[in-house]
Amino acid sequence: MKSRREFLKAAAIAGGSVLVSSMFRPFNAVVFAANEPANPTDIWYGIGIDIAKCIGCGRCANACKSENNVPREPFFFRTWVEQYTIKNDQSVKVESPNGGIDGFTQSVAPEDIFKTFFVPKMCNHCYKSPCVQVCPVGATYDSPEGVVLVDQTHCIGCRYCVQACPYGCRYILPDKGVVDKCTLCYHRITKGLNPACVEVCPTGARMYGNLHDPADPLMKFIKDHNVRVLKPHLNTGSKLYYNELNEEVR
Amino acid sequence: MPPQIKRLLPLFAAFIGLFLLVRHFLVPESFGEYGFYRGNSLGENAAKLPHYAGKAACAECHDDMAAFLASDVHSGLSCEVCHGPGIDHANYADSIGIDKPKGREFCGLCHSLNPARKKGVVVTVDLSDHNVEYDCIGCHNPHKPTELKEP
Repeated sequence: MKSRREFLKAAAIAGGSVLVSSMFRPFNAVVFAANEPANPTDIWYGIGIDIAKCIGCGRCANACKSENNVPREPFFFRTWVEQYTIKNDQSVKVESPNGGIDGFTQSVAPEDIFKTFFVPKMCNHCYKSPCVQVCPVGATYDSPEGVVLVDQTHCIGCRYCVQACPYGCRYILPDKGVVDKCTLCYHRITKGLNPACVEVCPTGARMYGNLHDPADPLMKFIKDHNVRVLKPHLNTGSKLYYNELNEEVR
Repeated sequence: MPPQIKRLLPLFAAFIGLFLLVRHFLVPESFGEYGFYRGNSLGENAAKLPHYAGKAACAECHDDMAAFLASDVHSGLSCEVCHGPGIDHANYADSIGIDKPKGREFCGLCHSLNPARKKGVVVTVDLSDHNVEYDCIGCHNPHKPTELKEP
């Protein structure tokens, strides 16, 4: 290096070009997690939810609690349904009375409603899960099939993952003091059964499938609809694909 | 070798040895088999018992009812949407029955009037106005809801 000036110039050009080239690197949150990991012969589970078909019956939330022994108190949900109401005054009201299990009552006067719809929520089974990254003891992990699971015998109940999940999908079991979450009904899908929420959905709004199988109905759903994921800017690699997701949904 | 290094080396070796020993006993079996977690935990999660039997299990015995259900607009429904988790009934059909919800509120979970329920996906009625004196199943057979009978 001849002089300090030349060194600084070269360093600025190198740093700047890295920054600029990163801006041109394409990123698509829908494709990001679907095409991972590199071995395409493996099963790689994803979930599809068609908001256009959801009627807010809450049977998914009810079945999930029955199937997975989730406490019945309205603080513990592995999946739940929210009703979004966009009012004429541009404010948005989000309600989820007991997760939708007992049904929804219309709390906004019909003349004030601009648009209203139901959004079922559940674990996104992210490829780059914030919850897995923060676990200090390795008690939560991505299974080889892309399902985010909890090892409850190993969990120390520190609640880091509850804080980390941007989708609010984790809770602490009141009796055991360990974390609990959606397992995509791992005990069912490994036996060839549908997850409980998918099994009971009366309109077929929920589906799950193998993202590595081009013939899978889930892949057809993703390719035929303008699907989106929740909070794509967080780069979580969500594998929960929503059709007709309104931008007001958080 | 300087004497201070000579004296520190065994101390370091003792600490490292102690660490490895403690680590050996604290790290659970199968940890790290697939990643930074207990590999056996996968099997433990998969070993839990299902509560919902699935529509195929229902149709093994109730094939007539499954065919009847398939003949009308409720054909896409799984039996356990209304009847609840049925694995115990499927395993011990003689002694354990299954839930048969009857009330208007239960049908209303899907069919009560709500502006968020889209036409074409589900038929909705105003429960406070539509034949309030009867249960829904008085007129509608839940397995074939479009066919009406006298209450």
